Formats: sequence, C-alpha cells, structure tokens
Amino acid sequence: MPDGINTGIGASVTRVEDYRFLTGQGTYTDDINRPGQAYAYILRSPHAHARINGIDTTAAGAADGVVAIYTGADMQTGGLPCGWLIHSRDGSPMHEPPHPPLAQGKVRCLGDQVAIVIADSLSQAKAAAELIEVDYDVLPAVVDMKAAAGGGTLVHDDIGTNVCYDWVIGEEGDVDAALAGSAHVTEIDIVNNRLIANAMEPRAAVSDFDRATGEYTLYTTTQNPHVIRLLMGAFVLSIPEHKLRIVAPDVGGGFGSKIFHYAEEAILTWAAGKLARPIKWTAERSESFMTDAQGRDHVTTAKLGLDANGKFTALKVETMANMGAYLSTFASSVPTYLYATLLAGCYTTPVIFANVKAIFTNTVPVDAYRGAGRPEATYLLERIVNKAAKEMNLDPVEIRTRNFIPSDAFPYQTPVALQYDSGDYMATLKRAQELHDTAGFAARRAEAEARGKKLGLGYSTYLEACGIAPSAVAGALGARAGLYESAEVRVHPTGSVTIFTGTHSHGQGHETTFAQLVSERLGVPLENIEISHGDTNRVQFGMGTYGSRSLAVGGVALDKALDKIEAKAKKIAAHILEASTEDLEFNDGNFTVAGTDKAMAFGEVALAAYVPHNYPIDEIEPGLDEQAFYDPANFTYPGGCHICEVEIDPATGVTEVTKFTAVDDVGRVINPMIVAGQVHGGVAQGIGQALLEEAIYDPEGQLLTGSYMDYCMPRADNLPSIQVAHETTLCTHNSLGVKGCGEVGAIGSPPAVINAVLDALTDFGVEDIAMPATPARVWQAIQDAKA
Amino acid sequence: MYDFNYHKPSSSNAAASAVAGADDGKFLAGGQTLLPTMKQRLAMPSDLVDLAGCDLSGVRVDGDNLVIGAMTTHDAVATSAEVQAHIPGLAALAAGIGDQQVRNRGTIGGSVANNDPAADYPAACLALGATIHTDRRTITAEDFFTGMFDTALDEGELITAIAFPKPAACAYQKFPNPASRYALVGVMVAKTGGGVRVAVTGAGENGVFRAAEIEAALGANFSADAAAGAAVSADGLNSDLHASAEYRAHLVGVMASRAVAAC
Ligand SMILES: Cc1cc2nc3c(=O)[nH]c(=O)nc-3n(C[C@H](O)[C@H](O)[C@H](O)COP(=O)(O)OP(=O)(O)OC[C@H]3O[C@@H](n4cnc5c(N)ncnc54)[C@H](O)[C@@H]3O)c2cc1C
Repeated sequence: MPDGINTGIGASVTRVEDYRFLTGQGTYTDDINRPGQAYAYILRSPHAHARINGIDTTAAGAADGVVAIYTGADMQTGGLPCGWLIHSRDGSPMHEPPHPPLAQGKVRCLGDQVAIVIADSLSQAKAAAELIEVDYDVLPAVVDMKAAAGGGTLVHDDIGTNVCYDWVIGEEGDVDAALAGSAHVTEIDIVNNRLIANAMEPRAAVSDFDRATGEYTLYTTTQNPHVIRLLMGAFVLSIPEHKLRIVAPDVGGGFGSKIFHYAEEAILTWAAGKLARPIKWTAERSESFMTDAQGRDHVTTAKLGLDANGKFTALKVETMANMGAYLSTFASSVPTYLYATLLAGCYTTPVIFANVKAIFTNTVPVDAYRGAGRPEATYLLERIVNKAAKEMNLDPVEIRTRNFIPSDAFPYQTPVALQYDSGDYMATLKRAQELHDTAGFAARRAEAEARGKKLGLGYSTYLEACGIAPSAVAGALGARAGLYESAEVRVHPTGSVTIFTGTHSHGQGHETTFAQLVSERLGVPLENIEISHGDTNRVQFGMGTYGSRSLAVGGVALDKALDKIEAKAKKIAAHILEASTEDLEFNDGNFTVAGTDKAMAFGEVALAAYVPHNYPIDEIEPGLDEQAFYDPANFTYPGGCHICEVEIDPATGVTEVTKFTAVDDVGRVINPMIVAGQVHGGVAQGIGQALLEEAIYDPEGQLLTGSYMDYCMPRADNLPSIQVAHETTLCTHNSLGVKGCGEVGAIGSPPAVINAVLDALTDFGVEDIAMPATPARVWQAIQDAKA
Repeated sequence: MYDFNYHKPSSSNAAASAVAGADDGKFLAGGQTLLPTMKQRLAMPSDLVDLAGCDLSGVRVDGDNLVIGAMTTHDAVATSAEVQAHIPGLAALAAGIGDQQVRNRGTIGGSVANNDPAADYPAACLALGATIHTDRRTITAEDFFTGMFDTALDEGELITAIAFPKPAACAYQKFPNPASRYALVGVMVAKTGGGVRVAVTGAGENGVFRAAEIEAALGANFSADAAAGAAVSADGLNSDLHASAEYRAHLVGVMASRAVAAC
C-alpha cells in the first residue's frame, strides 16, 4: 500500500465523510436553495377515509404571498407505480388501484395529499392552507387487517375487495401430509409490529424547471435517484430522462423509507414546471410520522412439524401483510419474495408452504424497512424453533444444531426457491457462545436472582438474502426493473480517480469503502479518490441502495470496472516499458517487468493515456475511463448468530438488555469498523422493535404514536455495549466474496431479544409476549400467568 | 408558528402589565412547552412576555423554607448547593427532568404553571406542602393544582416563587414513560411536620394527587414494605397506550416503597 499505510481491503479506515458530517458541513436537500425559490405546504387529510365533495381555495388563493394552489383536479397525471407485480394463487394479477399524487375525490389514509399551497414563504403557505375549505364526507375506516380481509368497508371501491393478492409458495398438500406424519407439531401466532423508520433527516424536495432548456431538476431525499427518475419520468409525469435530473445529495438516513417514489416528489416537479419557479418542501417531523412508508406489520400463524429427534419435517405459514392504503414502490415484494423465500432460514426443513395475503387498510403505505421481509421471516422462525425446543424438552441450542444446514452441504437448494452458496452456521454459533460467555450465564443468573432480578438468555441463528438477483429471475417473479448495478472508474491524467456509482450512500460510508476497493487495486491513496453518487446527470445509471446491495452488487460492478482499467493500463505500460503484458506485474500502484528493474507508476500510465505520445494508438484508444454493469448470478446469503441477555425487574416489568453478542458472516469484510457500525445500528433498531417501538392506529385510523412523546425510539441508554465479530465464508459467485452487512443487525436481533425475555420469565410460566415487550406488557404477562 | 409581539420587560410588575395589556398575552419562561405548541400552531398568543429579565431566578433560604424563584431552571435547582443541602430529594427530582438541554431552559415556574399531569415538580410541591407565590397572593399546593393542565392561577397572574418547607426527609422515585420520559408514575414521599405526605404524579386522571392509603400505612409504619403493601386503587388513574390503570396503581406502590427506601 502507498507509504506503508493500509487503506485497502480489511483496513478500519476512518470514514472519509465523517469530517463533513460531524462538523455540520454536509449538504442535505433542505440546505439547497435556488434563486427565486417558493415554498410548498402540503394540505393533508385529517381523516383516514373520506369522500371529498369539494375543495374551495378561493380565500386561500387570495392570501398574502400565495403563488399557486393545486388540487387533484389540477394535477391529472399518472399515478405512483408499484415496482413488483405479484400473482395470486389463482393466477390473477394483484390488484393495483390508482395511487394519485393528489387525492382524486377520496382520501384513504391520514395524511393523504389533498392540495399543495405554494407561496413566497413557508409561513404564508401554511397560513393560506388554513383558509382552504375541504368538504369531506367522513367514511368508516378499516384499520384492522382481519376485518379488512373480511370485506365490509373497502379502501378502494373499484376492486371490490381489500385483498391485494393471495399468494402462495410451496406445495400445500406435501406440507400438510408431512405435518400429519410428524411426531410433534408446534404452532405459533405471531405479530410483527408495525414500525416507523424515523430517519434523522425528514423527507424533503427542491424542484426546479429551466424554461430555456426544458430541463427539470429535483433534489430529493432518496436512496435511489435513477429509480425515481425512471418511475416519476416514465409513469407519473411523462418527462424523458434527458430532461429530468434527480439529485440525492447528502441524505440523513433512510432505512428503506427513502427508497420509494413519494407523491411530494411528483407534485413538486410538476408544479415547478407549471410555474417555472423553484419550489422547496421539507417534511415536519409529524409529517414524517404520518406519511413516510412504515415497516413490518404482519400477522402470522405457523406450524412446524418435527420428528421424534427434533428434526424439522415441514413448515406451514399463513401471513397477512398490511399494505396500507396504496401500493408503495416495493410493497408487494416485501412479504413475498423477501419473506417467504427466507422461511428455510439456516435449517434443513424439507418442505415449506406459505400463503401470504396482502391487505389494504386505511393506513399509510407499508413498504421495505431495514431488512424488509427477512426480519419477519427470521422472527417467525426463531420464535417457533424456541417454542418447539421447549415443547420437546430440547435445549434451544441443541434443536438448532440438529437442524442446521451442514457447512459441507453448499450449494444448498431450499424448498422455497433460494439456493444458498456458502455459510457455516455452526461456526458463527460457536464463536458467539464463546464471546458471550454463555458458559457463565448460570452464575450470572444466580447473581441476578439474589438481587431479585430475572436473567434470560436468547438465541437467534438467522440467515438472510441480500442483493436481489439475478435480474432475469427477479423479472420472472414479477420485478418490473433490473437489479444490476453500474460503476464507472474515471482515472484523471494525473492519476487521481473519480468513481461514479449507481448506489447511494445515506449513512453506509460508501465514500470510504468504495475508495478502499480502488486503493487496494490501483495503489492510489484515499485522498486521491472521489466517490460520486446521487446525481443522475453525473452517474451513468444505477438502482440505488437498499437490501444490503451496495457492496455486494455495486462494489462488484466497481471491481469489474477496475478489471478493465487494470487491463488497459497494463497494455499502455507494456507498450512504454517495451515488454509483453504477460511479463508485467502490478503491485502497490507500480507496473514492473518481471526480472528487470523496469517500472512505471500507475500515475505515469494515466498521464500517458491522456498524453498519448508514446502510445499503442493502433491497438487501444486514448483515455483511462471504464464502465461496468454487473448483474449478479444469485443473492448473497449473510447469516450468523445473535445472543441476547436481558435482566428483568419483575416488580416493574422493566427489561434491560445487559449483554448482546452478534457474530455475523457477511463474507469478506472491507472495512471492519464500518461493518461494526452497521451491525451496531441494526441491532439498535432490532432492540427498538423488540422492546420499544410500535406504530399504533386507533379504529378511526388516527395515528396514536405520531410523535416522540408516544413513539419510543431507542436511546443510547437502552442499549448495551454490543460485541461484534465475524466468522467468514466467502460468497462464491462474486469477485469480492462479499455478502452485505447493512441489515443483519435488524434481522437477527429481535427474536434473540424476545427469546431472552421469555427465558427470563420462564419461572412465572409466561410463554408468549408480543413485541414491543414494554414494561407494561412484561408486567401484565407476569400477572396473567399468575392468574 | 403565527406572528406575535415580543416583550422583554425588566420587572415582574412590568411583565404583569404587559400581559394584562395584550389581547392574548402569555408569559414566556423556558419556552420548553410553550414554543413547541406555538410551532405546531396549537397556540397563537398575540404577545409573548419574556420573563428572563425580571430577576425571578435564584434559590434562597428563608427560615424553615427554601424559596425558589419562578425562573430558576431545572439545572440550577439540581445543582444548587442550598437545595442539595436542605432538600436533596428536590435536587434529585430536578436532575431527572427531561434531558440536559431541557433542564438548561425549563423553569420551575413554567412547569408548575403548566401543571402537565406527567410533570415531576407538582409531586414535590404537593408532598412537601409548598406555597406558590404570585404577584397577587400566595396559594397552597393543595389549592393550586386543580386538574390536568389546570391551576388556580387567574388570567395574567404571575408566579414569582415557590416556597418549600424543609422536610425531615424526602425522596422522589420516577418511573419514566419509555417514549417521552415524563413520569408514567412519579411518587414523592416526604416526612414533614404535618406527618408523612405522599404525592403521585403521572398517574391520576386529574393530575397530581396525594395517596391517602400509602400515607396512612407509612404514618403507622414508615417502611418500604408498608408502602408496597398499601393497596392503591386503580379507580381514577389513567389508562393509555403506555400503561393500564392497574399497572399504574401497582407502580405507585413500587415507586412509593422505593422512595421510602431512599429517604
Ligand atoms: C423534551 C422535553 C422533555 C421534558 N421532560 C420533562 C420531564 O421529564 N418532567 C417534567 O416535569 N417536565 C418535562 N419537560 C417540561 C419542561 O421541563 C418544562 O418544565 C416545561 O416545559 C415548562 O417550563 P418552561 O420554563 O419551559 O415554561 P414555558 O414553556 O415558557 O411556559 C409554559 C406555560 O407556563 C406559563 N408560565 C411560565 N412561567 C410562568 C410564570 N412564572 N407564571 C405564570 N405562568 C407562567 C407560560 O405562559 C406557558 O403557558 C420536558 C420538556 C421537553 C421539551
């Protein structure tokens, strides 16, 4: 490495972006101001379900500073599209009711967009909005999924049902037969609680239209600018790509909630075109609570069959998944291909059947949230496995090891479509047990007991799938987009490098990790490498960042582009050094001719590429700038073992996480510090889901947890010091051997926490508890068990 | 936020007349409650009269009383040598309000005037038998807290100070709402000249109240077990997203017994 400082693969390089972020010098969407900019306020529905008889904007339109007011009557454009088509078990396509950016005669959830008020200042826009008179006929709302599935109140009258699709995977007959023949069947009812992402930066957008060029620009808080350009340009507003620029500048966290194409993006872009004036909108925190797509919200019953030895024979799962009022961008794929295909987990269950009903309700749309489908699958599996262990009098570790896919069984074909390429579940389990000192648990428990506290230990041995792929398979399953990624490596004449990636960093540290990949390959110091992302006018194309795909797909695309750079540079060096390319070696940024002292630095080769005086011009073009698109052959399959220890105060029901160990297999680790940070954050979110967080609506569809007064986010003092380690098996089908680490924390941890809580409550006879296991719930569970 | 007129008078008399002279004037103390409600457009006072210049802050000992100026911040109470020496339980209570930023701004006068049913200070006022001093009169804590977000203050009446009689011992135990960290249940136990007094905040449908059952039990036997054993009725307690009335009733006993142990 340059100057002997390791900045390549495996180095815990301090994040390049941190200086900017920690000193408050990031540029977020709300920091962007355009000359002459107006401000938008979105008037939203205060009702979860209502007919709009009329909207009177006369007084509002005459208010001070008002530039324009638009309602659904003005904005007759396409609706917001859904990116994944699911077919029901009878072969019919899912119901895709229209999702208008501005309400067309009806509002279907709290916060639905009714009008946009654009004024010279934000407070003028807000003041005018209060003068808009909307004549609503309030309709009964349907919030509970079971009630919605049964009919009655319809969220969308035209489709005649609230069931969006009724999808299955696996052979139900085979699974029923296997269950009938099983020595034991464990049944469980599970609710996966609804969550609100709560990114630190609320959603925001600044739109602009250049009358001279006809180009629209939208700065927006998105995880995938090219996807927004495609969806909004092609489906909603009919603006061709070359006239539509999407910029996602620094984005302060997404966790999935900023993947989706939101109505505000389309409304602002459209209105900027009408007015030829820039417009800014920034969500207030209460708008974020109300309108950001929410996560999870599954209700499931499942049966796990076991033979007399505790080997799993079959799994049958029936799930209802809440879609909310409209289909958000990826909503339909989350409870199907990102959930049910994961139901084998790291176990050899031979037959699996799952039926998923997606249900419309009068609530804000539900879509991917960190983990998206995989946490729901993991939670179900790891809870039912623990329950089965208890019923069969088996140790929770023993039942897992009896059912693990052995490390020599890869590639392993599951009964639910996926083929795992690599893993070693025993290795992550053993390492986690050592690190956690599970052997010392009995002594710790006795010590806690002496203080009147209950200690519990919980396991989760999980498996997940990252980087949805390949495109052709995803397409066959209903995906309406490709799932490749692109990278361009632009080597400048003096040897510095700009990387253009189609992924987007909103907390993941790509500017560091991707630069390390380049530094490793080209021997260029990190300060000479720039990672450019987030601007459709700079970056060729890309599918963005979600599903832990950035390194596993985007990083590999970069690796492929680097292959091309290296190959071309080698030809140039060979020409100048008068050697054959086979005799050239490339190490630490230097080309050397084997067995001679002839050498040439990478920077000199770059200069030669742009000043091609002594150059193989007949053979290759000048310049050193290469692009690659990479479409993976398969998903990647991170997995691991999370162990949680909790201490419960039975007098109050307070649960404290006292110890947490995460041993994950994320494939090759590029920057261990960044990976640890991703795991810490994911575990924090998992502990949040397990103990603290829940979005609750009342029967009228009002959000009861609409602020931090009622929605409990994890704070630092809710978390233990999290021990993180890795046991690595490499991904076998990508050149970096990487698997992805962004979601493992949030996927693996919730069942470890709940299993620990139930373990702690064993003496009281508590057998089930719902997430979040708040003090009130824990106390109530103890009282109920006593009664 | 709607537009408003801002005043910064330099005496409490001037502040009182500024509010009296306005259409819909409000005193501004730490702004920790008032400003968020204004930002959300839930309150639209015509005039804000900032009390920061009115010399209303500070702690002094007056005979058997500790007198705390209305504009004294939670942090100043928490770190005051006088409060720590004479009523350490009150200093500890103040140290547990909100977070450091909130404690740096929020004031005892604002908290008491606001009478949030989940606020901490009302429990201290009631348990310690405090007297609320205003620009017009003095009001006992018993008479002052009249219901949720409701007090005996008249329109435009200004709290100038709160006088706490020094107890023989006192302690406050707070069970925080996991989300807001206000009191889900907070119990102040005080041994006072008038006997054992136990005040409960966070739990009651009408705000802070005295727990007669626990006071009786502790009057007979001042012990943690006696407090825990005194059954508190769930009648009249709040049931909401965060806790049932039964759970709150149970917590009152647990917090009271822990407060006794800490006395
Ligand atoms: C994030 C957060 C967390 C919090 N956590 C807690 C907690 O755990 N426990 C708790 O008890 N509190 C908590 N609070 C409340 C806070 O501590 C303040 O006590 C409270 O906001 C009111 O005090 P203030 O000085 O900010 O008053 P302001 O907001 O300025 O005023 C509140 C009201 O009182 C009136 N008022 C103010 N001073 C006087 C006066 N001298 N005379 C007459 N009327 C007056 C005002 O006109 C207004 O109506 C929290 C607040 C926040 C923002």
